[in-house]
Amino acid sequence: MGGLQKKKFERGSATNYITRNRARKKLQLSLPDFRRLCILKGIYPHEPKHKKKVNKGSTAPRTFYLLKDIRFLLHEPIVGKFREYKIFVRKLKKAYGKTEWSAVERLRENKPTYKLDHIIKERYPTFIDALRDIDDALCMCFLFSTFARTGKCHVQTIQLCRRLTVEWMNYVIASRSLRKVFLSIKGIYYQAEVMGQLITWVVPYQFSHDHPVDVDYRVMATFTELYTTLLGFVSFRLYSSLNLVYPPKLDSNGESEPKEESEDDYAMNSESYLEKLSALSASLARVVSSADEEEAQLDQFPSEGEDMEKMEAREKELKQQEAQKKLFEGLKFYLNREVPRESLAFVIRCFGGQVSWDKSVCIGSTYDVTDETITHQIIDRPSVGKQYINRYYIQPQWLYDCVNAKILLPVEDYFLGVTLPPHLSPFVEEKEGDYVPPEKLKMMALQRGEKPGNEQEEDEEEEEEEGEQEEEEEQEEDDNGDEEDDEEEVAEEKNLKKMEEQRSQGKSLHVKVTPGKLKVENKARLEQEEKAEEKRLAIMMMKKKEKYLYDKIMFGKKRKVREVRTLPLR
Amino acid sequence: PVTPTLDCGSSVHSSLVGVDTRLSSECVALGLQRLSSDIRNTVGNIPMEWYKDFPHIGYNLDGKKIYKPIRNKDELDDFLDKMENPEYWRTVHDKQTGSDVVLSDDQVELVNRLQRGQFGDVNFNECEPMVEFFSSDVMIHPVTNRPADKRSFIPSLTEKEKVSKLVHAIKMGWIKPRRVEDDGRGRYYNLWASEDSSILARHKMHLPAPKIPLPGHHESYNPPPEYLFTDEERALWEQQDPADRKLPFVPRKYSSLRQVPAFSQFIHERFERCLDLYLCPRQRKMRVNVNPEDLIPQLPKPKDLQPFPTTRSLVYRGHSGLVRSISVSPSGQWLASGSDDGSVRFWEVCSSRCMKTVQVGGAVKSVAWNPNPSVCLLAVALDSVVLILSPSLADKQVILSSERLLSAQQEGEEPAEGNGSVVWSEAEGEELNQGLRLKIQHPKAVHQVVWHAKGDYLASVMPDNTSHLQVYIHQLSRRRSQNPFSRNKGLVQCISFHPIRPYFFVATQRSIRIYNLVKQEMTKKLQTNSKWISSMAVHPGGDHVICGSYDCKLSWFDLDLSTKPYKMLRHHKKAVRGVAYHRLYPLFASASDDGSVIVCHGTVYNDLLQNPLIVPVKVLRGHVMTHDLGVLDVTFHPTQPWVFSSGADATICLFT
Repeated sequence: MGGLQKKKFERGSATNYITRNRARKKLQLSLPDFRRLCILKGIYPHEPKHKKKVNKGSTAPRTFYLLKDIRFLLHEPIVGKFREYKIFVRKLKKAYGKTEWSAVERLRENKPTYKLDHIIKERYPTFIDALRDIDDALCMCFLFSTFARTGKCHVQTIQLCRRLTVEWMNYVIASRSLRKVFLSIKGIYYQAEVMGQLITWVVPYQFSHDHPVDVDYRVMATFTELYTTLLGFVSFRLYSSLNLVYPPKLDSNGESEPKEESEDDYAMNSESYLEKLSALSASLARVVSSADEEEAQLDQFPSEGEDMEKMEAREKELKQQEAQKKLFEGLKFYLNREVPRESLAFVIRCFGGQVSWDKSVCIGSTYDVTDETITHQIIDRPSVGKQYINRYYIQPQWLYDCVNAKILLPVEDYFLGVTLPPHLSPFVEEKEGDYVPPEKLKMMALQRGEKPGNEQEEDEEEEEEEGEQEEEEEQEEDDNGDEEDDEEEVAEEKNLKKMEEQRSQGKSLHVKVTPGKLKVENKARLEQEEKAEEKRLAIMMMKKKEKYLYDKIMFGKKRKVREVRTLPLR
Repeated sequence: PVTPTLDCGSSVHSSLVGVDTRLSSECVALGLQRLSSDIRNTVGNIPMEWYKDFPHIGYNLDGKKIYKPIRNKDELDDFLDKMENPEYWRTVHDKQTGSDVVLSDDQVELVNRLQRGQFGDVNFNECEPMVEFFSSDVMIHPVTNRPADKRSFIPSLTEKEKVSKLVHAIKMGWIKPRRVEDDGRGRYYNLWASEDSSILARHKMHLPAPKIPLPGHHESYNPPPEYLFTDEERALWEQQDPADRKLPFVPRKYSSLRQVPAFSQFIHERFERCLDLYLCPRQRKMRVNVNPEDLIPQLPKPKDLQPFPTTRSLVYRGHSGLVRSISVSPSGQWLASGSDDGSVRFWEVCSSRCMKTVQVGGAVKSVAWNPNPSVCLLAVALDSVVLILSPSLADKQVILSSERLLSAQQEGEEPAEGNGSVVWSEAEGEELNQGLRLKIQHPKAVHQVVWHAKGDYLASVMPDNTSHLQVYIHQLSRRRSQNPFSRNKGLVQCISFHPIRPYFFVATQRSIRIYNLVKQEMTKKLQTNSKWISSMAVHPGGDHVICGSYDCKLSWFDLDLSTKPYKMLRHHKKAVRGVAYHRLYPLFASASDDGSVIVCHGTVYNDLLQNPLIVPVKVLRGHVMTHDLGVLDVTFHPTQPWVFSSGADATICLFT
């Protein structure tokens, strides 16, 4: 007699979620508009914990959004803008149809636009939030800035992306915050530390793109729209934090002024300015001129024990970082025309080196190939005609490896025409038990300040590793130990059988007493075996669920060990 | 002033000043010339071939026909004329009159000039300066003399209409004023100037997207050689579905940076990332780092649970077929085994000597030693017969008592025909010498035979899905048989007597039924949760049952606890064939097709609140796998912690 019966799916998780189609209907938006809105506002589907409950008992595959998210979209001013745009398109079509060209022109001039400022502010309430999420924005902008100016998207977008990426690179140079570089087969990965956040982005190699047909560029363009806005605001903030002028201006009284004469080659002033900026060879103008940067000294706090150790470690790390920032200071580089100019110039300038290139390659070269003070010439061809004696001719990988190793590596391995040592990823941090390539060990030895000649230690390490492996093997052997014993027994039995047969046939036995062998009982081994067996028996008693989990974990572990063991054997 | 007609047909007003008089006079001259020659024919400017078929070529001013001149000149005349007449080249045939006209010198000159593209007039100068008559100067004479229209004085209505429409549209906001071009200078500003934490409250369900994993050594343009694919790995990679691949790309090595090509999948990868960001459902997954060692249950050490069999100490060889069943005599001195080679062998346990071989003529399914220590009898099941053997492997007293037991009934009354289908008969002749005493003929093939603890009753199983005649209980002393069940409850797999109380266990395919023999009713039904029971054993205390099944499970039932298994052990890899309890020690063993015998410690407490403790203590291996069969039967020594196992490799092993 207890009131009304509760209806199903009217409370609980079923009411917290909404399917995509229903959300679309609720917002009264077409699918493309809904998609655009989701991208801009950062709304994504959620996977409910109990899908069947949320799906009201059905198991049909559906995507679910949080109802809160959709309610939050209801009041978005940009939805109105979408509608306006739709109306604009309709009017424009009509005007075209009626061949009313003045109307077309008028409509075109009043094309509705929208700003994403409030969305950025809403999605990233603090600046650090924005910095944390800037990886994708950078990757996308760097990709779009390499697109050709025809076809796939608006020219303005490409130009804006180019401008923003150049601004970003200039900031990284000015703040010297680049940490790691990696030449992969996909592109060049950079990692910078900006305001304590590690930011990684990838830049494709400088080739024209083979545009795939199965990629929806509208989605990418929507993302780019958001990302350019985000990146612009972030750049503004970053520039102002370094007292740099935004939009960036070249330092007029800088020592590395681009040559004036080449300016005539460029038709438009504005164009040449961006080009000069993107040459990355000149420093930027500051709001407060010639501000002496005070090195942030770590304050000493009275502390003891572990804190002390931690402090020391931190101090050491900071010192190392400072040293890395000045890695190329005092070095003068010259880039040959076949090397990737932008990437190398960026890396060299990030670590305080001077860089120049042939005048005909790009605007902004500061000195000639004939300059006697050049210390390194970056070259990527098998041989070169005229060589200057007082400089190294090295391949570009040297620079990247130096940056990752945080020290100047010996140049001998990177000379002209020499087979290069492998280029390792700086992002891999080997844990215990992982395979460490020998080149990395060598580099670590160099970092510790050892001479590359003594490889004994390495060998020892390797031996240690081998030792471990052997132990593991032994363990496995233990597992098979019983079988081996059986085999021995079988052999013995065979012997016995033979003898028996001989006896039954009535032949005289070769009675011979051989001196018995003393079986040395390896106590440690016995104990180990016993333990292994105990463990095996205990595993038998595991519950089904736990056994499954255990098997899975062990499978993963074993595979890892196997990989580590097989890798160096190749 | 004259008004000549020009070719273009437009009339030039007479009021025009500065008309070139020479041109007009020329025209007049030409016109007059034409007029004078044409005056005779009035047909006008028509194609003259219309008159081809007529004798005349037109009409003169008076309306009379003009006849064609009689032309008698043929080609020859023409030629002669051409040769002789010096004026021939300037003679022209006038089609309109049909006469020949000789052109004058002036006319020839005019034709020449026209042919050269010059003006007809010799004196015409084409480069004379232009006279502007639409100049900025106001002339005293207007160009047109028409009075201005009325509409040029009043405002236009259509214009007004249009303007009013525009005004209305502007008023209504349909037309917007031209937007001021944004130069983009102030597009970016310090957005985070006031960072208030009030908007920080993005709801707690927000899951930030994970970052793209960072590249490893595999992705380098010049990786260490061990990271490159071998041929097999490459082939595997190509075969695999893109979703299953460990790496989404093939590692490549380039000797220098300039040889690195563009990565064809770059845009794809970025696009995939975009899709992941806005389309992929997100879920928070709590990944707990489990130490696998913690998952292993803490059990007492096997060392502390001794004694239990650990090593194979004896092997009994002699059978030539697989040994299906073994049984140990209650004294523990003798071991009987029945094999597929049609023999029952008796072994001395300690010496592994075969004391006696009895050929029974059929594959032996089951042997069971009478548990009563005061008699020495063995029941053997083969085909559809149960044989009672008296192996005479004991002292005289015992042999005599067993003989007495067998012959007790003979002296009394006739064997009561229980239900006709079971026939008791005595062994005769040669068989008697071998030790055969009784034959109990069953209607169907017998699979198992078991003794009651007292040794007087024995039960046999004839698995048959269709009838209720599956189990017989025989009483030896009275040579009586009876079928306790009147209904078929499923395929009976094995049976067992309760060691102390009058209970009877019947294992069908998926469950075990316990019957009270006194009350003649079912007391319990145990659900084994396994697909097909193979064997069953009852604890000597009588409160616990273990049951092995063909789906590799061993289940332990605590009869006081529940009808569901107290514990399921899945430690065998293949079907469990036999299970056994030790009579004295807290041990039980299971034999499986994977060739192993697993001995477990199973302590049963008298305290009802404490559950039995089950610990596997030893895995015993000694049998060779033959025809995918391993160990077929297992049994414990009645007094020692020894276990016997019989295998498909025709051997019996003793583990001590």
